[in-house]
Amino acid sequence: MAESIEITINGEARFIRQPASVADLLTVLSLDTRKVAVERNLEIVPRSAYAATALAAGDTLEIVHFIGGG
Amino acid sequence: MDGMQNQGGTTPDEDSWEVAGQRFRSRLIVGTGRYKSLEETGEAIAASGAEIVTVAVRRVNLSDPGAPMLQDFVDPKTYTYLPNTAGCHTAQDAVRTLRLAREAGGWNLVKLEVLGPPPFLYPDMPATFEAAEALIKDGFQVMVYCADDPLAAKRLEEMGCVAVMPLGAPIGSGLGLTNPFMLRSIIQNAKVPVLVDAGIGTASEAAQAMELGCDAVLLNSAIAHAREPVRMARAMKAAVEAGRHAYLAGRMPRNYSADASSPMSGLIK
Repeated sequence: MAESIEITINGEARFIRQPASVADLLTVLSLDTRKVAVERNLEIVPRSAYAATALAAGDTLEIVHFIGGG
Repeated sequence: MDGMQNQGGTTPDEDSWEVAGQRFRSRLIVGTGRYKSLEETGEAIAASGAEIVTVAVRRVNLSDPGAPMLQDFVDPKTYTYLPNTAGCHTAQDAVRTLRLAREAGGWNLVKLEVLGPPPFLYPDMPATFEAAEALIKDGFQVMVYCADDPLAAKRLEEMGCVAVMPLGAPIGSGLGLTNPFMLRSIIQNAKVPVLVDAGIGTASEAAQAMELGCDAVLLNSAIAHAREPVRMARAMKAAVEAGRHAYLAGRMPRNYSADASSPMSGLIK
């Protein structure tokens, strides 16, 4: 069985199978990459870098989108 | 009327305003929050005639990734999304939020608001200056929510903000324009567009803001919290247009005595 690492996504602890990139994670989460933005350890991950950005144990991610607001 | 030039100045078709190099005909910017449903959001915004809508940036719901999204009801190809920093109480949070917004949306035009604590959520101006400086340095075009303070508004303009947006009254209060004199002085001194943002509760207050000469108004709760939001959206559209026409037309002077409208000659005896 592949090794899993623990990361935090939007404040929730999650176990992710290695190796995994940001692109893999968004696929697992069924998120439309065109409608979200990702921050990893307080740094923006540009959309063009999703596939090349590997996740590491202890990473903290924020995944956001637009919602109604004034 | 053949061959006659329009004598009344700007016609509704010609009237427009510009921010950050983009031209808009609607002078009403509406928020997309606090509606009962996304369907109602979409309908009310269409009825308002707005071309720019404000949106918030929030965590996606990981447990329900397939939930309907705002974009499905308010098409970003039809409307210019103006991401805001609502809920941010520090400069750092505001800058971080808008960097994410830029990545999600792919554009630089944003609404900055750094708020003080409840119950007033009054703009925190020192934090707003700090965030504006960082954002401008980072290439953002910043429309900024601010206090009804002519010095603060001027300073934000001089820093390079593309529009200043003083409050009419606290966010969501519906109290109308509590300080029209200061709003007017901000408008008169500004070289960038001035928008009255927050506090408008009903159509007459939107018209009043436009009559003061502001370039546009931004509101959300006045529509979303009306009993019939779609109808209020239509009312706001009409009010903003009416107020703009009244401003351009120039109001008559106030007299403290009567001046009869009907001729005094030819009265029956």
